[in-house]
Amino acid sequence: MTAVLNVEGLVKRFGGFTAVNHVSFQMEQGEILGLIGPNGSGKSTIFNLLSGTLKPTAGSIRFRGHEIAGHSPHSIINGGIGRTFQIPRPFRRLSIFDNVALAGFYGQGRHSRSAAFEAAERALGLVGLPTDRHAMVDGLGAAGLKKLELAKALATGPQLLLADESLGGLDEHEMDQAADMLRAIRKELGITIIWVEHIMGVLMRVVDRVMVLDHGEKIAEGLPAEVAGDPRVIEVYLGTDATAVHAAATAARG
Amino acid sequence: MNRYLPWIAGAVLVALPFVYHSPYPLHILILVLIWSFAYTSWSIMGRFGLVSLGHGGFMGVGAYVTALLWNHAGLSPWIGIPIALVAAGVLALVVAWPCFRFRIVGHYFALVTLALSGIVLQVITATRDWTGGSLGYTPERYQGGSSIYALQFADKETWYLIALFVWAVGLAIWYAVDRSMIRYALEAISEDEDAAAAAGVNVTAEKLKITVLSAVMTAFSGALYCQYQMFISPDTVSGIAVSLQMVFAVVVGGIYVALGPTVGAVITILMAEGLRISFGTKAVGYDNLVYGVLLVVFIIFLPKGILGSLMEARWLRRSPPQRQVQPGPA
Ligand SMILES: Nc1ncnc2c1ncn2[C@@H]1O[C@H](COP(=O)(O)OP(=O)(O)OP(=O)(O)O)[C@@H](O)[C@H]1O
Ligand SMILES: [Mg+2]
Repeated sequence: MTAVLNVEGLVKRFGGFTAVNHVSFQMEQGEILGLIGPNGSGKSTIFNLLSGTLKPTAGSIRFRGHEIAGHSPHSIINGGIGRTFQIPRPFRRLSIFDNVALAGFYGQGRHSRSAAFEAAERALGLVGLPTDRHAMVDGLGAAGLKKLELAKALATGPQLLLADESLGGLDEHEMDQAADMLRAIRKELGITIIWVEHIMGVLMRVVDRVMVLDHGEKIAEGLPAEVAGDPRVIEVYLGTDATAVHAAATAARG
Repeated sequence: MNRYLPWIAGAVLVALPFVYHSPYPLHILILVLIWSFAYTSWSIMGRFGLVSLGHGGFMGVGAYVTALLWNHAGLSPWIGIPIALVAAGVLALVVAWPCFRFRIVGHYFALVTLALSGIVLQVITATRDWTGGSLGYTPERYQGGSSIYALQFADKETWYLIALFVWAVGLAIWYAVDRSMIRYALEAISEDEDAAAAAGVNVTAEKLKITVLSAVMTAFSGALYCQYQMFISPDTVSGIAVSLQMVFAVVVGGIYVALGPTVGAVITILMAEGLRISFGTKAVGYDNLVYGVLLVVFIIFLPKGILGSLMEARWLRRSPPQRQVQPGPA
């Protein structure tokens, strides 16, 4: 198998503060990688680096054989990476449909309007939002906004989806829905996914592999069951949801 | 009824100079049409939050380059105007590219472009040996002032029809932008540049496209004004006052609706003429004062402008309350 994504020695500094510190990892085609770590450990920053929103201080990002580190976001998105933002950033002056159609048009080389509209319909269908042309963003709640964020990312036709989910604002049922949705998306589209999530219980049931960050450094990587049993991970998560880690580990094993 | 309204209105506007020959009202109408086109050109980018205070500069380039090429190089406006438009487009690129590349937005963008207005005006006054400086400049008359080659026409009817045509083309461009995907991109950019880029939009390129289009159209309005009036001065076609007048007219008329700039032109020109007739030369500059005060009042109390607010009121009365969307099951 060839690696879809190959990240080596990725560093991001904000002034004197190092948010991402020499992180390296690889991803295989069709894999779902869970990216976890406490608040401020650098998860979203890694997404910003992979999608071109931020330029890395150092390191290499090879996507499907091409170096993309430091490239402009629109060219990276057009090259086959799709991303969501942790806090949804919808365009409120456009309808829900037009939000997604915009991504379908500009995220796939601006070829055809009708292809963009088809991509929008497909993406809205995948996340379970209505394909009504005129419904406005203001009618959406927290869960709806997350779905819209995901639909925008999917409409750009990604090979690699970066889902900065953090389902904090959602109830348990909605979280399960979101997890099922990512699984369905992988099955339907056969794409590679990195999923960021705080709440490990849900994540562990879905992902193939987990990578754990702490203070910008990778402290563990492996199968959910292995990682959940790792003493460093338990230490980092102690006092937060160590019990969830344990429960997840047990669930994953069983 | 609503579908035929534009056609009926169009037919009436075209027929007007053939039944109504009074020169002064026709002159006012021509000015309204030319300025409507200039304001529409400004609003093509202004509606997306790209507030330029440099458009006086583009208008000045359009007017002066055309006139200078005619007088000094003997180039017909048929060639001079395209050259002037290219010059305005290049100037727009030179000013806007660094702004967009380095994310100079909002007030800072307005300030940079404000400097452009001032610089173009300074250049015109400083090169007074060529341009006549602040005394103004007159394209040389050709064959008694009526010639297609020189784009000079003695009769107001011809000018009225030309101005009407150009104004209609300006509206057509406004609608074309409104219906194209670039509107989606620019609305998105105006809200959140990073999110637009994450949707695949080349933010700098899309902003440049609309800026160059707007600048070129504005330069064309300057050239047209010059050919019609056969007299230009730095204060009437360039400079900060002209730029501010564009902002004022569009905000008052309605920045988000196609005919808003036209309504703004009717108001500003009637106001300027009214002041001129009531107070004579004493009132020179009064209109700018009135614009300034009214601009503040409108931005605070009627940000959608006169036409925009009227249309919204009518639309609200007609349409059912907005739907609320429930996210469907996953
Ligand atoms: N643009 C920025 N400028 C300065 N510091 C930043 C910037 N973006 C992120 N940081 C800092 O980098 C660190 C990592 O932030 P990041 O958002 O990547 O964390 P995270 O793992 O996504 O956290 P969370 O779980 O809360 O979403 C934080 O300390 C944050 O304050
Ligand atoms: Mg984050």
